[in-house]
Amino acid sequence: MMTRPNAGRQHDGVPGGRAGRTAAAGAEFPSPDPAGFLPLSSCRWGVVVFPGTNCEYETRYVLGTVLGQPVRFVWHRETDLSDLDAVVVPGGFAHGDYLRAGAIARFSPVMEALSAFAAAGKPVLGICNGFQVLVEAGLLPGAMLRNQSQRFLCRWVNLRVESTCSPFLAACRPGQVLRMPMAHGEGCYYADPETLAAMESRGQIVFRYAERDGRVTPDANPNGSVGSIAGVSNAAGNVLGLMPHPERASEALLGSDDGRALLAGLLAVPDAGGTPAFPGSGAGNEAGA
Amino acid sequence: MLKARVTIQLKPTVLDAQGAVVRNALHSLGFHSVENVHMGKCIELDLAEGTSADEVDAMCRKLLANPVIEQFQVQFSE
Repeated sequence: MMTRPNAGRQHDGVPGGRAGRTAAAGAEFPSPDPAGFLPLSSCRWGVVVFPGTNCEYETRYVLGTVLGQPVRFVWHRETDLSDLDAVVVPGGFAHGDYLRAGAIARFSPVMEALSAFAAAGKPVLGICNGFQVLVEAGLLPGAMLRNQSQRFLCRWVNLRVESTCSPFLAACRPGQVLRMPMAHGEGCYYADPETLAAMESRGQIVFRYAERDGRVTPDANPNGSVGSIAGVSNAAGNVLGLMPHPERASEALLGSDDGRALLAGLLAVPDAGGTPAFPGSGAGNEAGA
Repeated sequence: MLKARVTIQLKPTVLDAQGAVVRNALHSLGFHSVENVHMGKCIELDLAEGTSADEVDAMCRKLLANPVIEQFQVQFSE
């Protein structure tokens, strides 16, 4: 972890580190420091960990240390999410991605609880493998195919915000371009034309791969996704998935802090605590800028 | 032993990029008789005697294939 001016404050501590994965359902949250530098309301986050998940620590770091929110791991065998306000399904290779990415993970015990959590309108964010899991579980429409190039691709991409229907996008503006890395082999998004039309009309297509200036071009589409789609939401907007990694772009030192706009989006929702402000409010670049 | 061989392929409406690459490779080797290649996967199930075709069908729909993008065929053998 990097040294920050406020590095003395750790909000992301899960007692016992990885022990948080075991029977510690309902593990106590450390209280956010009231003198914290971020004027954010508090949102209790859970980060789901399957066998093979590999982005849980950086996700917890961004939510806990960078955004100053209480956060704990949720082992995939847990079934009680009642202490949480929002859940992230992070990246990795859940259950080895055997059969299809997310195909086995969707039957993990936590998924039934997560479906109920989502059905209750609570926010769920799937990143990369987490997006694949949510799609397999039917919490998001469509399906994932192998990248058209048949290669695992790891590179920076630009995402154009298409819709701000989701509370995760409360801090974003349509047309805004967010820069963050992607790293996946099975991220070619597919949905049939009827599903796509319905999604489009409801504003469920939230991100498209774009050029730096916001133009959506074939060259900017890294994996062959239909309509250059990089992220979608469910009809209600509370479940959102995207292939690129906002948690890997949440500090300027990492090359971009645009991902913070997404992870802090919930905290900018007026209902969640007033001021629609989030750290690094200059995140992102206007299309054409 | 009752066996079921499940063959899973992409639906015809879904672009089979892997199949296209293999077809192009065959063409470059001079096998111009190949018009199309359809990739997929094959899963063999060793089953308890008396397992019904309906049960195997349910396995395919629920887990082995993703009906959004894939179609499947099941062949039984003793």
